[in-house]
Amino acid sequence: MSTKYTKDHEWITLDGDTATVGITAYAAEALGDVVFVELPESGKAFKQGDDMAVVESVKAASDVYAPVSGEITEVNDALTDAPETVNEAPEAGGWFCKIKLADLAELDTLMDAAAYAAHCAAEG
Amino acid sequence: MRYLPLSPQDRAAMLAQIGAPSVDAFYDDVPDAARLDGPIRGLPNHQGELAVERRLSALAARNRTASDGPFFVGCGAYKHQVPATVDHIIQRSEFLTTYTPYQPEIAQGTMQTLFEFQTQVAELTAMDVANASMYDGSTACAEAALMACRVTKRRRVVLSGGVHPHYAAATHTLCAAQGIEVVILPPLVDGEDELIEALDDETACVIGQSPNVFGTVTDLSEISAAAHGKGALMVSVFTEAVSLGLVPPPGEMGADIAVGEGQSIGNPLNFGGPYVGLFACTQKLMRQMPGRLAGETVDADGKRGFVLTLSTREQHIRRDKATSNICTNSGLCALAFTAHMTLLGGVGLKRLAQLNHEAACALADALEGVDGVEILTPRFFNEFAFRTPINAEAALAMLGERGILGGVRASRLLPGGDMADVIIAAATECTTQEDIAAYADALAEVV
Repeated sequence: MSTKYTKDHEWITLDGDTATVGITAYAAEALGDVVFVELPESGKAFKQGDDMAVVESVKAASDVYAPVSGEITEVNDALTDAPETVNEAPEAGGWFCKIKLADLAELDTLMDAAAYAAHCAAEG
Repeated sequence: MRYLPLSPQDRAAMLAQIGAPSVDAFYDDVPDAARLDGPIRGLPNHQGELAVERRLSALAARNRTASDGPFFVGCGAYKHQVPATVDHIIQRSEFLTTYTPYQPEIAQGTMQTLFEFQTQVAELTAMDVANASMYDGSTACAEAALMACRVTKRRRVVLSGGVHPHYAAATHTLCAAQGIEVVILPPLVDGEDELIEALDDETACVIGQSPNVFGTVTDLSEISAAAHGKGALMVSVFTEAVSLGLVPPPGEMGADIAVGEGQSIGNPLNFGGPYVGLFACTQKLMRQMPGRLAGETVDADGKRGFVLTLSTREQHIRRDKATSNICTNSGLCALAFTAHMTLLGGVGLKRLAQLNHEAACALADALEGVDGVEILTPRFFNEFAFRTPINAEAALAMLGERGILGGVRASRLLPGGDMADVIIAAATECTTQEDIAAYADALAEVV
């Protein structure tokens, strides 16, 4: 399926019943150089909108919210030693974690690429 | 705008705004017993400056300072020699007057001393990283408990009965207000190991102290291992920093967080404060650490410089999700610590620790020679608890009449502890053979 986006600038790509989640290129650009990522624990369950991770740049620390409800199945441990990957490839190698979705219907509450681009333009 | 605040109209406007009919009604939540119902009793209305000075000098003359005679009081505040150099350095105006001295553009000297302070604390405790200091040992202990709850996402902390009761009280105050369960084990002279039994799967951390409030030195390694086995952190507390010159430091006993009081190094008793809290942890936990942190960097020209670092932990950036609401440190006391520690060096600290231990051994030997005295502390550094044949409060009062401040009665710190005949006494490098002989002779007279 295609990638969906939240108003808080997370992206989510579904593969079967598990989705990969990260922060968008727009968010990474706005944050500046990322120096630290606090990832959730594997196995932990979140509800849609819960604080799930923290991303710190030289400018600010921001919470990353769970775009959907579900359980963390995997986290991107490579970010611990190479947080700059979030800037270099935010929507590829800079992914944060994988979530096994509790409710596929929640994806319908998120934006597609065109709607997200409009959202960013409005924030801009 | 005129600058005459708190006119009757101002008060009325403020009271109207918050909806209180009167100032007294505003303070309704304060119990009557805690309120002043008139002028302070015994305080004359006003007197001339000379009369006030005369009166206050007479009152001050009734104080007996730690240096006025044989002095054996410890329990968290220790009388050590502070070299004159320390006072000279901290009174330099560049250091003395720079409040909130964190701007790297103008405060490189202060930032560097904080960086060196952190390095010394990390080495002293054998931990990876230390912050720029806390208010004192007790608040450092409380912050360690809160940090352990953040790290483990658990809500229960357990303190041994050997943790200084003031530290336990401060920890309780800060944690209970946040809904964290605080378990304080019954006081035991030699009972740090009881922490192992008290561990459960909900425990964020166990907090043990060595030397503990009774002076007992304990290897906390097994407690650390047991805590880690349950997914909990080990918080290692000390109230006497000089002890770390001889006893194994927290980092060698598996501690995740080491906290303690730094007063003993560079700081006089100061009437009970200000003191300087030491706070160190493992690298892994660094981002959950409270407080300020100075870091080394390079400037635009590639020259060595110092700045505050990892500030995203702190309130001005992280707001309500900050690791702590402390956004300052005990800067001048930390500087005194740094100056003294620099003068001592590693070898000097060890030698100082040996002098303390030797003095305490001599004191224990002398007191044990008094009929009916029993030393309770099995392994001590510079402080120990002992049982007297008579009530400890009476014994200390009679020693006081003989010019000797003989220690702290355990029942003062632990009112429910069934320790009416127990005294906790400390000796340091300041304690002379004459002091010790005078104590033993006087104790033999009064018991």
